[in-house]
Amino acid sequence: MGLGAYLTLAAALFAIGLFGVITRRNTIGILLGIELMLNAVNINLVAFARFNADVVGMIFTLFTICITVAEVALGLAITILIFRIRRTVVADHLDLLKG
Amino acid sequence: MSDPALLALTALLLPAVSFLVLAIVAPLRRHGHAAAYLSIALSAASLVTAVAAWRVSAAGGFAERLFSWIPADAGPLAVVGVLADGDSTLMLILVALVSFLVQVYSLGYLSDEALPSLGRYYTYQSLFAFSMMGLVLAPNFVQLFICWELVGLCSYLLIGYWYTRPEAARAAVKAFWITKAGDTGMLVGIVLLWYQTGTFDFLQLLQLADTGLIPLEGLGVITFCIYLGAAGKSAQFPFHVWLPDAMEGPTPVSALIHAATMVTAGVYLLTRLVWLFRLTPDVMEIVAWNGAFTALLAAVLACVQTDIKRVLAYSTVSQLGYMMTAIGAGFASAGFLHLLTHGIFKALLFLGAGAVIHAVATNEIFQMGGLGRKMPQTTIVFVVGALSLAGIPFFGGFFSKEEILGATMAGGFPGAFAMLLFAAFLTAFYMFRVIFIAFGGTPAPAHGVAESHVHDAPPFMALPLWILAALAVGVGIFLPLVRWEAEFEALHWITYAAITVAVLGIALAYLVYQRRAISAGTLATVFAPIRIAAEHRFWLDDVFAGIYRSIILRFSLIVGWVDRYLVDGVLNVLSAWTLMAGDRLRRIQTGQPQDYVYGIALGVIALLVWIRWPR
Amino acid sequence: MRIPVLSIITWAPFIGAVLIMFLARHRPLLVRWLALLSTGTSFVLSLAIYWAFDRTQADVPFFQFYEELPLVPPLGINYQVGVDGMSLLMVLLTSIIIFAGVFASWTVKERSQEFYALLLVLVTGVYGVFISLDLFVLFLFYEIAVLPMYLLIGIWGSSGEIRPQGIFGWALRRTGVGTKEYAAMKLTLYLLFGSAFILVGILALYVAAGSSTFSFLEMEGMQFDRGLQSWVFLAFYVGFGILAGIWPLHTWSPDGHASAPTAVSMLHAGVLMKLGAYGVVRLGLGLLPDGTQEWVWLVGAIACVNIVYGALSAMAQTDLKYVIAYSSVSHMGVVMLGMATLTETGLNASVFQMFAHGIMTGLFFALVGLVYEKAHSRAIFSMGGFGQMMPGIATAFTVAGLSSLGLPATAGFVAEFMTFLGAWQSTHPWWLFPAVIGAFLTAVYVLRVTKQIFWGPKAADPHFQHLPDAQGPEWVALVLLVGTLVLFGVAPGIAIGPVDTATLPLLLRLGGAP
Repeated sequence: MGLGAYLTLAAALFAIGLFGVITRRNTIGILLGIELMLNAVNINLVAFARFNADVVGMIFTLFTICITVAEVALGLAITILIFRIRRTVVADHLDLLKG
Repeated sequence: MSDPALLALTALLLPAVSFLVLAIVAPLRRHGHAAAYLSIALSAASLVTAVAAWRVSAAGGFAERLFSWIPADAGPLAVVGVLADGDSTLMLILVALVSFLVQVYSLGYLSDEALPSLGRYYTYQSLFAFSMMGLVLAPNFVQLFICWELVGLCSYLLIGYWYTRPEAARAAVKAFWITKAGDTGMLVGIVLLWYQTGTFDFLQLLQLADTGLIPLEGLGVITFCIYLGAAGKSAQFPFHVWLPDAMEGPTPVSALIHAATMVTAGVYLLTRLVWLFRLTPDVMEIVAWNGAFTALLAAVLACVQTDIKRVLAYSTVSQLGYMMTAIGAGFASAGFLHLLTHGIFKALLFLGAGAVIHAVATNEIFQMGGLGRKMPQTTIVFVVGALSLAGIPFFGGFFSKEEILGATMAGGFPGAFAMLLFAAFLTAFYMFRVIFIAFGGTPAPAHGVAESHVHDAPPFMALPLWILAALAVGVGIFLPLVRWEAEFEALHWITYAAITVAVLGIALAYLVYQRRAISAGTLATVFAPIRIAAEHRFWLDDVFAGIYRSIILRFSLIVGWVDRYLVDGVLNVLSAWTLMAGDRLRRIQTGQPQDYVYGIALGVIALLVWIRWPR
Repeated sequence: MRIPVLSIITWAPFIGAVLIMFLARHRPLLVRWLALLSTGTSFVLSLAIYWAFDRTQADVPFFQFYEELPLVPPLGINYQVGVDGMSLLMVLLTSIIIFAGVFASWTVKERSQEFYALLLVLVTGVYGVFISLDLFVLFLFYEIAVLPMYLLIGIWGSSGEIRPQGIFGWALRRTGVGTKEYAAMKLTLYLLFGSAFILVGILALYVAAGSSTFSFLEMEGMQFDRGLQSWVFLAFYVGFGILAGIWPLHTWSPDGHASAPTAVSMLHAGVLMKLGAYGVVRLGLGLLPDGTQEWVWLVGAIACVNIVYGALSAMAQTDLKYVIAYSSVSHMGVVMLGMATLTETGLNASVFQMFAHGIMTGLFFALVGLVYEKAHSRAIFSMGGFGQMMPGIATAFTVAGLSSLGLPATAGFVAEFMTFLGAWQSTHPWWLFPAVIGAFLTAVYVLRVTKQIFWGPKAADPHFQHLPDAQGPEWVALVLLVGTLVLFGVAPGIAIGPVDTATLPLLLRLGGAP
């Protein structure tokens, strides 16, 4: 399989993630969407690293995975806190940033 | 100690020490009497030193002692010190003497005052003595101006001594403002003169004037500006309005500051600078005419006053006009002589009036009456003062007033001479009007104070009165004997004319108020327009009040409004616009994460399109 | 090793602030003692350097007590400090005002720990500006001096009432004029707006000087391009001028000073406004002689507007604090006018007036604070006859007022008199007349207020019948300030001597006749 196939997969994954982030009303769903997008990037990085025989991409991916873990942990923690305070995790109701 | 400058400096610094001690050592000041004794003791010492300084410097010549005050690269910009010569030390004696006598007198006059308040009074008195002496001994314009303002400050403080009385508070501020307006002109004059000649120093200026090195172009403006300051201080028309109101201060203060010393500062200044003013004859003419006009105007005003101190105040204005006329006519020595004699007898009159006020507790002459029998001593000294003022031979004012009349004539001002002669008639009239109403006749029935309380002044007050009365008579007898170096040939008939108008004035007052041969009512009807105008003080006070209220205050309100609502308003419009723009823009922020993601996605797409767009 | 005395003076308040924050929680008395100790150190050392300053070096620009420490050598940023006669006087002024200010705000109750800490940080900034010889460091200090103001006014300030009216009334209503938050915001935004100009000017000079040094001493020796000088001078004039209260950019000052707590008003009107004037002299006149010559007509003309306009505005006020604030606008006009004369007399007058006005207005604000604390009023026409109840405060107020109207034997006279002399010597002699008129108008409004509040009949209001005089620490502030005012009025030589050594080299560089 060529590079194009990997990139197509990554693009599809990213589009699914973006779609999820945009359409999901549940905060957890949005977080999942973000995860998908990040992993799409990871696929890209790994694919490029593999085909260009450059290990830097792999290293970056490791970093990304670490950060993703942290991000998910934080995101979930925030969500739980919001739920405790507001009794809801529906994004439409969380408009504190509204100007 | 035979250096007159050093002696004069000592005389100057003694009251300064007194002031500093009283100002800093609060317990001493609050003790009242201790403050008074300290101040009196030092002022007596100052008087002795002043006399010593005069004895040395009367021989002639100038003695200076100078100290750098404001340094600059090329020698000091301003110096302070003393300049002792015959004139300045003579004036120094007058200041020290009247100041000393008034301080003694005040012990009696202000005996009912609260003690801290008395301490405050003597603190001011010491400051005044220092500043006035500094003015008299000033070797240059800078020190002159400094002390000029300081005496103005003392005048302000002492007029407002009883500041809980609204009139006193108002009069103090009024006096300060009006003299300050004149001083502003004077300051401009000093600055301009410095620019023209490069020096403030009197002696250097004198040298320049003698050698004709002072550029004459624009000098008229300079001398006129300086005259403005002198006119403000010496209550010349139209600045005279502050002086009658200044009578709100304690009477000893009126005697010292508003009769004998401070108000004569303008005359003294012009006497000192007469060589400068001679270079500008136009200004001299203004000085003379305005002096004569002031003399006449104030004499008319004095005739309708019912407050004994106000009569004396207008009389002071009038006499200052005399002095100014003589200076304007070119004979400063005549004006200076009258300054000295006037200082003595006017202080006497004020202190006498103070003794009366102290006894009867009113200023209104129509509430007095018949005091001659109850206060014989006071009456005698007061009459001595009045005779001096009226210009009767063998009394203090006679010789000097005649000198002024002669000087005016000799200087070529017959019109001014006529005005002065008529003013002399009025002077005799209004002084003896007071005497016949207050001291002659019968006690006023309406007067509320228990009559038995009315008695002569206590010793502290009586002593200065007698000293001044003796001096007034002594000067009157002594002066014609010594050959006063007259600068002009006086016409003989002037002497007789002067005596005649004085006697006529006294006679008229006698007929109207003592014998009642002429009804005062008739006089009032005959001169109704003048009387009404004079009762309204020729509306001059209203003019000044109008300038203050309708111009300065109103203009300031306009500026204040413009500042707040237009100048600052523009700024607020800018910030209001910023706020409004923010209000509009914040609608974009929905607070929905998805909307932000849309934004980001659209942004990325737009970026891609822009990058890949075929150009 | 030489003692870095200037750095000690500068950083002592900062150290005091740090100690206060860490050691003095909930111990208000310790807060005050620490503040007193740190400002006292600066005060004593300022007196010491004032004493030790070498006054004989009149010919070369000569900065004494020089210290240097490289900060960012590649960019040419160094911590360079030193004083000449002019900054020497300003350092002394700052020391006196803050020392008195600590006493004057002794009674601050709410969050006094933070209050004193911020105040002391602010003072470090002020000292820093006066002694810095490196433009970058100067700018840093300048910002340190400006920013704590926002909190100091916003938290400890007081709100007044201003009724919006006129064609811009809607805007005034919108911005919330009269509140302390408004005043704090206005002041901070205005001054930051000004500092943007200053930063641009400094960077322009840095680039023009070859991007290798921010040092004032090195730039002083350079001859910048005429066109550059012209616009950089304008930038400095506007930037620093805002802080000096030039018309029409002065409107932050009345609101800011009126809303600020006592010590902050004292420090701000007394010292920070001088920072602006000092900046124009030091950077404008010092580095840009051609630019100065080109724009001096504008500086002088606006100064004249300031003098008369400020005096008239002051007269129109009914709030005591606003009167004093507007009088600052008027007096800063005298400072700028003296500077614009470009004569020895005028420049000396300008620097002397900075000092005189600093002390005078510091005293004024201290007194207004005391009166407010005792009578709980600032409305001039509701008060009256306080002279009987608080003779000490009344006397001090009168002295400050007399100095303000230029009465001899107070510092105000010397400054005004020399300004007049300088104005008539300058190339625009007509400047003399607005200055003189301003002095007269000052007499009118100062005496009017003094008479109304202190030396007049008592007000009928029952609240004003029994009021105490100044007490304890407050006396220290009053005596210190009144004493300074009179001392420098009687013996101006002690200030003008050193100042002259600083202004002469400036004038020589300007090419004007001294």
